[in-house]
Amino acid sequence: MNLYAVRAIYRFEMARTWRTLMQSVASPVLSTSLYFVVFGSAIGSRITSVEGISYGAFIIPGLIMLSLLTQSISNASFGIYFPKFVGTIYEVHSAPLSYIEIVMGYVGAAASKSVLVGLIILATARLFVDYHIAHPLWMLAFLLLTAVTFSLFGFIIGIWADNFEKLQVIPLLVITPLTFLGGSFYSIHMLPPLWQKVTLFNPVVYLISGFRWSFYGLADVSVGISLAATLGFLATCLAVVWWIFRTGWRLKA
Amino acid sequence: MSVDSEAGHAPMAPADPVIVVRALDKTYASGFHALKNIDLTVRRGEIFALLGPNGAGKTTLISIICGIVNPGSGSIAVDGHDVVRDFRVTRSIIGLVPQELTTDAFETVWNTVSFSRGLFGKPANPAHIEQVLKDLSLWDKRNNRILTLSGGMKRRVMIAKALSHEPRVLFLDEPTAGVDVELRRDMWAMVRRLRAGGVTIILTTHYIDEAEEMADRVGVINKGELILVEDKAVLMHKLGKKQLTLQLQPPLDALPDTLAAAYALELGANGTELTYTYDTQAQRTGITSLLRDLGQAGIGFRDLSTQQNSLEQIFVDLVRKGA
Repeated sequence: MNLYAVRAIYRFEMARTWRTLMQSVASPVLSTSLYFVVFGSAIGSRITSVEGISYGAFIIPGLIMLSLLTQSISNASFGIYFPKFVGTIYEVHSAPLSYIEIVMGYVGAAASKSVLVGLIILATARLFVDYHIAHPLWMLAFLLLTAVTFSLFGFIIGIWADNFEKLQVIPLLVITPLTFLGGSFYSIHMLPPLWQKVTLFNPVVYLISGFRWSFYGLADVSVGISLAATLGFLATCLAVVWWIFRTGWRLKA
Repeated sequence: MSVDSEAGHAPMAPADPVIVVRALDKTYASGFHALKNIDLTVRRGEIFALLGPNGAGKTTLISIICGIVNPGSGSIAVDGHDVVRDFRVTRSIIGLVPQELTTDAFETVWNTVSFSRGLFGKPANPAHIEQVLKDLSLWDKRNNRILTLSGGMKRRVMIAKALSHEPRVLFLDEPTAGVDVELRRDMWAMVRRLRAGGVTIILTTHYIDEAEEMADRVGVINKGELILVEDKAVLMHKLGKKQLTLQLQPPLDALPDTLAAAYALELGANGTELTYTYDTQAQRTGITSLLRDLGQAGIGFRDLSTQQNSLEQIFVDLVRKGA
């Protein structure tokens, strides 16, 4: 295992975060704070509670998950796309690195950044609402698992993309709508019966449900199913990444 | 056609090979047949210049050896290790300076060079990085962001990155393209220093004078075929034609038909210069008989000189033949 290389990639990627602190950390924290102000305080003050939880506290897991998914995807996709775009990817290809080590470096850094953003949002939420975390270890486990899984997904998008527009298409046109419609701001039990069933086809429902369970002990779907769905998506992403490196798809001529 | 210097007639003993390419073939997904049955051996510690026109296959060959492009059929061994099976060993031996100036614009020189060392699996060694930067006159720029550097300085950074992990084989893909004369000279000096330290250098270049100046051996690749690999001195001796130039006194209006038919003569400079081209490898150069025939024809001259073909002329001739 070339751990020096993994560490080099990881530190290199994290250095970009510190260089662009406003964009990497401050921006998602600000936008999430705005969600708390608008949905939590302004609109939320007219909704007394959801399943016994104050509305402001109820949306915290969903908002963290929203940031976690978008940040994981954008960090990882940009991390691998940019070297492809400017041509410095040659160095990664010519280095004594296995694909596992490349993934560990890039995906590890992307997941670290998004977990950091998630934790900062969690801390920021305390400024607006009171909340408790029923299962803190499970909360961290869901946080890490989701960050790694969607960083892998972002990594795949970064390899697939051959222009900046494609880099944005999936996060903006797929992930954000799925997150909004996946129970970030409501319990799916609040939907009409038909839409409750349709919503179950949205994979983000399982992520948010499991994550919310770790906070308040209540979930839209069973925790086991949430965990299985997340692990299933992780396994799918790993399989795709393995195939990409085995074939050199979009990486090597 | 494939050419293997060791199977051929190189004057040097088949020294310790560091790169051995056998029957390498590469066709891109587009259908472009980039390399055709390449056989090549590069010897440890030599400077090997790979020449060829644009699109000949130089960069593809280098890229496959370095792991950037997937190989087609055939095999490549670096220091006895297969580049696919033992990629960790071979890639840690190799350093690459690519043709394009591709740098991390927002990073500092120090960080980007240190990053490269880590990428190649080496622990941090600030003393080595410092030495590399000093050797390349980059030490004063170590804290500068790369985007603030000139093109020549960026090229030096690329070389520093390639040297950061102390490679034993260094590929320089057109390293002096677009750099000024002073930097070219600096780079040549650096290449010589590296070779003196035991590093094998494989150099591709468009500047034939660079190959002529630097290389121990020369390979010529054209349309994906390695058409020649030869010791540079032997190549120039073997393929180099010589020219005898006579300063005529008095000038001639035209050559006598008998002389024009018998010799490869060219009259120039308003009839004051007569040039005779001859083959150094021929049994008879024809100089003695030419001088005798000139005397018999009453053509006098006040001075004479000889000149050998440059590597550039040899290269152009080879590529034209292959066209």
